[in-house]
Amino acid sequence: MRAARWVVSRIAGGAFVLWAVATLIFFALRMIPGDPAEAILGGPGSQASAEALAQVRRDYGLDQPVIVQYLTAMGRLVTGDLGTSYALKMGVADLIGQQLWNTLSLTVLALVVAWGLALALAVWASRGGGLGTRVGSAMEVVAAAVPHFWLAAILILLFSSTLGWLPPISTGGPLGLILPVVTLAVPLAGFLGQVMRESLIDALEAPFALSARARGETENGVRWRHAIRHAALPAISLSGWAFGSLLSGAVVVETVFARPGLGRTLLNAVTIRDIPVVTGVALVSALAFILVTIATDAIDRIADPRLATS
Amino acid sequence: MSHAQAPVPGLSAASGRVQPRTRNRTNAAELGAAAVLLFLVAAAIFPHLLSSFDPLGINPAKAFSAPSSSHWFGTDESGRDIYSRVIYGTGQSLLIGVTATAIGMGLALVLGVLGGIGSRSVDFAVTRLNEVLFALPGLLLALVFIAIVGPGVVTSTIAVGLSTAPGYARIIRSQIRAVRGSAYVEAATVLGRRPVTILARHVLPNAVAPVFVLATLGVGQAIVWASSLSYLGLGAVPPAAEWGAMLSAGRTYIGTAWWMTVFPGAFIVLTAGAATVLGRSLQARTRQENR
Repeated sequence: MRAARWVVSRIAGGAFVLWAVATLIFFALRMIPGDPAEAILGGPGSQASAEALAQVRRDYGLDQPVIVQYLTAMGRLVTGDLGTSYALKMGVADLIGQQLWNTLSLTVLALVVAWGLALALAVWASRGGGLGTRVGSAMEVVAAAVPHFWLAAILILLFSSTLGWLPPISTGGPLGLILPVVTLAVPLAGFLGQVMRESLIDALEAPFALSARARGETENGVRWRHAIRHAALPAISLSGWAFGSLLSGAVVVETVFARPGLGRTLLNAVTIRDIPVVTGVALVSALAFILVTIATDAIDRIADPRLATS
Repeated sequence: MSHAQAPVPGLSAASGRVQPRTRNRTNAAELGAAAVLLFLVAAAIFPHLLSSFDPLGINPAKAFSAPSSSHWFGTDESGRDIYSRVIYGTGQSLLIGVTATAIGMGLALVLGVLGGIGSRSVDFAVTRLNEVLFALPGLLLALVFIAIVGPGVVTSTIAVGLSTAPGYARIIRSQIRAVRGSAYVEAATVLGRRPVTILARHVLPNAVAPVFVLATLGVGQAIVWASSLSYLGLGAVPPAAEWGAMLSAGRTYIGTAWWMTVFPGAFIVLTAGAATVLGRSLQARTRQENR
């Protein structure tokens, strides 16, 4: 019963956030100077005729009062209609549908690789002493200070230009996926690994670890059978955030590796100010982020029953 | 978040609780970070003293020269000296990072203080607004902002500030809530101090101080994000000697002129890395004093 109520309230909260994002973007657009009809016809440089502008205003409902436009737009959103791209003249939902899989496969793979790397690094760095501390700080600096675009460039220089092992562009095929996934995974692994290392160190000093040692468990046994679960918990909670940061990183990585996907679609739309596409990608990203956050919170509650009762 | 509480060993030298071995090592990292930042500040204020070429002076005969004793970091497609451009770009890149962080902090202070001291309904509204901003994590919020307002150095700086605000706001809010529940605020209330006095004298100083330390870490992140936007062609544009813009120009020649990419990027990593190391030291030090 409590679980059902929790799920319902989280879904309602998510729906509210989506509505608020759509509303914010809608009104922010109305507040800035510039004629949307002109933007649809290619911006101020296009020298569109008065008739063409009037036609576009009628077609897109721009001659209606703002409140009518707003309600129409929201009504469309509810039915999954994200509008039509100004530049490509195709449905935004279809456009996103075409690109979604490319970006999802990239980000999900990167998340898995980052988790694996982070776990290995955390276990290694938790052994204590000066080395562990240094590995820990190194992870932190890599996570905070290495931009995706620079890491991507260095990897291309090393593995494509110098060694010639991997392609510098990622248009298809598993080989082309390696460099983009590594680029996204390394800074994230630094971040997750550092969080895991801290909770692993805490867990290794916890009473349950001591009692496991007292029962004759080996140090490796304590680490892998007992402490690791505790180390994973904060990292699971952060995975919702991590997924969001991967979506944002995908904008850069897809551009550098010329890989088709949502991120590159978004960047192109931002550059030419194709607002329906920007809004659509933003909403779909927000939806993905909300769903992943709800999922990780649910996993947290299952993995750590203390959360459900508090 | 637990990672924000990362204890940095060696910074507690005054308390004498840490083994000397670790202490020396961390101090070396701190010293290195401080030296890097000093150099960067010097480069930002006196770029002409640290470089020998005009950052915008083209010399087509020397285009794409590899690093050498006269051009330490090589030259770009117009024969401009990359080392001089990196040095001259320091000021702008640092300014963008600091301004973006200040904008983010300013917004976050308003939101966080409202949420922290406001009534239940105000707190509810602020928390929901924060959730909405959080739903577009990282650069996504910045990109939406740029799509609406248009690209450029100023908008990209504001966009980065906007993207960092929700994170700070959440921390400020919970800090204020924690301080409000503390024993000394209770004591002040019992002593009959007026709420405004308590807020100004006790709550705000104690809640906001740790956040300024956090801002040191934030500057590094802001520089990374702002340079990403320039790299994507939405912030500073070439031939400006801004690091992200330089990398963006180098992208076309990555296969032939690696130095156009490697050196400006290395400066971004050095700057953000130094800010991270110093921010963590400050954090550990203030925590030590509070004990």
